[in-house]
Amino acid sequence: MTLLVVVALSACHRENRYFEAPPGTDVAPTQVAMSSLVAGQSSAQFREQQRKEYEENAYHLSEGKRLFTSFNCTGCHAHGGGGSGPALMDDRWIYGGEIDQIYLTIVQGRPNGMPAFGGKIPPQQIWQLAAYVRSLGGHGPKAARPSRDDHIQIPAEQGRRDEELNTAPAQTD
Amino acid sequence: MHSVLQALGVHAQHIELVWHTMLWVCGFMYLLVIAFLIHAIWRRRGDSDAEAPRRMSVALAGWIGLMVLGLFGLTLTSFLTDRALVHAASEPQVTLKITGYQWWWEIEYTNPDPSRQVRTANEIHLPVGAQVLAELGSNDVIHSLWVPSLNGKRDLIPGRPTEISLQPLRIGRYRGQCAEFCGLQHAKMALEVVVESQQDYDAWYERQLAAAPPASEARAARGQQVFFNTACNLCHAIAGTDAAATVGPDLSHVASRRMLAAGALPNDPEHLRRWLQNPQREKPGNHMPIVSLGRDDLDALIAYLGTLQ
Repeated sequence: MTLLVVVALSACHRENRYFEAPPGTDVAPTQVAMSSLVAGQSSAQFREQQRKEYEENAYHLSEGKRLFTSFNCTGCHAHGGGGSGPALMDDRWIYGGEIDQIYLTIVQGRPNGMPAFGGKIPPQQIWQLAAYVRSLGGHGPKAARPSRDDHIQIPAEQGRRDEELNTAPAQTD
Repeated sequence: MHSVLQALGVHAQHIELVWHTMLWVCGFMYLLVIAFLIHAIWRRRGDSDAEAPRRMSVALAGWIGLMVLGLFGLTLTSFLTDRALVHAASEPQVTLKITGYQWWWEIEYTNPDPSRQVRTANEIHLPVGAQVLAELGSNDVIHSLWVPSLNGKRDLIPGRPTEISLQPLRIGRYRGQCAEFCGLQHAKMALEVVVESQQDYDAWYERQLAAAPPASEARAARGQQVFFNTACNLCHAIAGTDAAATVGPDLSHVASRRMLAAGALPNDPEHLRRWLQNPQREKPGNHMPIVSLGRDDLDALIAYLGTLQ
């Protein structure tokens, strides 16, 4: 019995919170290919390291969630559902949906509206944001992900209106 | 300077009265119990005489009378104090909105005229003797405002406005502290209440209304560029410039404040440098990120922030 308790206790693992990023984890990726249509290659090892560091850490994810609202990402992307900017919780990524690809999208900006935040947001916070954005689509361990906001859901009457619009015959004029 | 027993506000004096009433009533009763106990220990078997039963009933009647009187007194004091504390100022001279953040305080002086509103952080200035009504709210988790010399605690609850009245009676600086555990840096979430004469307060208020002066000196001008070209203006606001973000404390008059980072560090160039170099070393877990700046940029930024009086 005692042995069982000791074994059970030793299995408990307290997640580390890194307020100062461990060396090499708050740097920009050096090589990133946006998609297989573009020449170049990404460093798989670096991508794996960043995923482990940020996507599997509840603290980083919740910080990313806080920053997502603070920096007004919600203004265009809503809480992941999209608005004037594309949805982030689906699996269709124009410029790549891997963590290092999202990092570069935030840093460089993208055509048709995404501003470049390079030099404005410190690297560690960009990684936190990128990890949170990926968690919106269900990536990363479920235990680490922050819960979804209530207001991600459309109010009932709005949902009905959208349905009517979608099922109405296309207007041709 | 911050003790419950050193009441320097009208509300704190009410609380102090309850404290003293409790102490003396309960202390007196306690001593009586001890006296009876000692008497019972010393009393020898066979001491009783014919008068004993009568003495016993007198003692018991007196005891019950004292208890009724004492409890009634305590209840009455507590009731009257509660009533006095709940009774909010009907025509407050100063109205505030205090919002708790992890881990600092946002202070807004509300005014029907928007151009007379002041937004600051971690430091409340009040005129001595004025009735003050503060609306409390929170941006993230439950905090609690406690300035022991002025009033009791009142919680700051997200989505549910609460109120607290203050009426300071003596000029001075009073320390306040978050009194509800709110996360890693709960202990370093302090604020300062500066009570000053009406003239000093008015002068301070006019200074707070003024926009930041243009950075004329070369180093300060460069510091301003650093402020706008790096991460600073993504979270902080400076009145009179384009910086208008509301994520972190308002820096319009940061140099006029005595403390940095919600009472964590004194506000002088040396500590400001340490804070800007690595906020996570000074107050681990706080939401200010590490922004790596070159030595010259850092010097310039400190010079610029120093001009924001």
